Amino acid sequence: MSITQRLADFFKRKKTVAEGGGEQAIQKQVAMGKMTARQRIEALLDPGTFHEYDLFVEHKAEDFGMDKKNLPGDGVITGTGEILGHPVCIYAQDFTVAGGSLGIAHARKITKIMDHSMKLGIPLIGINDSGGARIQEGVNSLAGYGEIFFRNSQASGVIPQISVILGPCAGGAVYSPALTDFVFVVDKISKMFITGPEVIKTVLGEEISMEELGGAKVQAEISGNAHFYALSELECFEQIKKLVTYIPWNNTKKADKFPIKPPRIQIPIEDIIPKEPTQPYDCRDIIKSICDDSEFLEIQEHWAKNIVIGFVRINGDTVGVVANQPMYLAGVLDVDASDKAARFIRFCDAFNVPLLTLEDLPGYLPGVDQEHAGVIRHGAKILYSYSEATVPKITIIIRKAYGGGYIAMCSRHLGADFVFAWPTAEIAVMGPEGAANIIFRSEIANAPNPDEMRKQKVAEYTEKFANPYRAAANGYIDAVITPQETRDYIIHCLKISNSKSVRQIKKKHGIPPF
Amino acid sequence: MNQDNPINTLNIDDTPYETLLTRKFIQRKPYSPDNPNKILAFIPGIIREINVKKGLEVKKGTQLLILEAMKMKNSIQAPFDAKIKSINVEIGKMVTKNQLLIELE
Repeated sequence: MSITQRLADFFKRKKTVAEGGGEQAIQKQVAMGKMTARQRIEALLDPGTFHEYDLFVEHKAEDFGMDKKNLPGDGVITGTGEILGHPVCIYAQDFTVAGGSLGIAHARKITKIMDHSMKLGIPLIGINDSGGARIQEGVNSLAGYGEIFFRNSQASGVIPQISVILGPCAGGAVYSPALTDFVFVVDKISKMFITGPEVIKTVLGEEISMEELGGAKVQAEISGNAHFYALSELECFEQIKKLVTYIPWNNTKKADKFPIKPPRIQIPIEDIIPKEPTQPYDCRDIIKSICDDSEFLEIQEHWAKNIVIGFVRINGDTVGVVANQPMYLAGVLDVDASDKAARFIRFCDAFNVPLLTLEDLPGYLPGVDQEHAGVIRHGAKILYSYSEATVPKITIIIRKAYGGGYIAMCSRHLGADFVFAWPTAEIAVMGPEGAANIIFRSEIANAPNPDEMRKQKVAEYTEKFANPYRAAANGYIDAVITPQETRDYIIHCLKISNSKSVRQIKKKHGIPPF
Repeated sequence: MNQDNPINTLNIDDTPYETLLTRKFIQRKPYSPDNPNKILAFIPGIIREINVKKGLEVKKGTQLLILEAMKMKNSIQAPFDAKIKSINVEIGKMVTKNQLLIELE
């Protein structure tokens, strides 16, 4: 063969494989409102940066007529590329090839790119669109999943791992996304479940659609499995691009510094907070009034809305924000809120992102359902994560800091480096009403006019304890600051915490209540 | 995704806070204590056998019925000495989780 012939042969081979499942299968994919695996990679990565590997990998399965089946790329595309100049390893399952089913060759392509991302210390992005295990390959297919899960766990806290669910991701396969740091879903396209509607119907007699069982909305709003929800694949890719700018390449690096911008929205913070401590407001207005360009990337926006988490930049540096949300459930901590915040805190800690906590909560959510759902063990997660975190930790007490909530929300006692309170802060064991009712129970009961006495005692307690000065007198908060000074204080504290080091007790690992 | 309800109140430590409620909070089930006289399906499945009749006196541990679920035949037994007040299922019928199977007295 001449060199020209060899080249022609190469181009022909490449073209055939790159077409994936062929014209008909691609049309089917499009009809489902989905992009093809290759289009997705191209849309997500910077133009011309994708470099593909293992294009010519073939399966070696022989049973059930598999020896006669040719599966281009074995149903997955793998490679490296860049997102806004950030290097990433990426794989995308190709639903047009045997439904994106996972056989051992398919899995080995994925584990190979995962190994790359670990060695190179760059983020891993997995685009999931697969019918599940390739049944014909039997236990080999299961082995493939296991090897992926193992690497997801090994890579956890070393490189950021992002899962994008753009199709079905069912059965054991969903455990790979569950082990990663951020899960992206798209309305009407993403479907995640352990047992599908068919199985549920035959075994349990319960009828439910895929969408209601494990669609994007369910994962974003009810289960909390998803971190980002988009209405289209392109919107989803924009979200990923944004996220990548906030996080570092790996656990030995810091996120990129960006040009410093003042907050774009400058609502006087006094105008955000209502006078009465029992009135709600949107804590995101405070976040936006503090951070660069008022740009806040919220995570798990639709789930456990009583706590808000996400990334901002302050003075050009990435900061992870955890804020109680008085707008929902008065900002209380509950099972889901603790779970949501704790995982985020651990991500920030693992990837050198300083933590900013904005506190305003009346305590934990009362209820049988909460107690029976294990609010003790779930609530403990937030204490554990804050205590364990060694990144700079700054806490601002906006308004209420009552009881267990005060301790949990990155108090001095859990190792906060800086704790500031606004003059509006109320740091106390509980709210004035509740406290007065307990402390002055007999005085109130025995008074000629109990209501009058209660009012008087509540006022007394409010006057004495519903302020930041008791805590300040004990040194539990470092300074009482005004809302206007807040950004400046945070910038200063981040600057002087730059070389913070914590002596840690040597251990293999802790045993968090997860 | 906005099906938010209007401002509500949530009482924490004797203080009513004005706030929005989440869908999950609104849909939470009110707690009701277990009634030991009611034998409920602990798992969804199919009734394969019924071994007792209405009005029968049974000893603790007597097999009342067999509930097949996830390919396992589960023997449902009397939790204490009792009389069968009612049988609320039929052989071959599918039952959902927590469905009433048998009532004792």
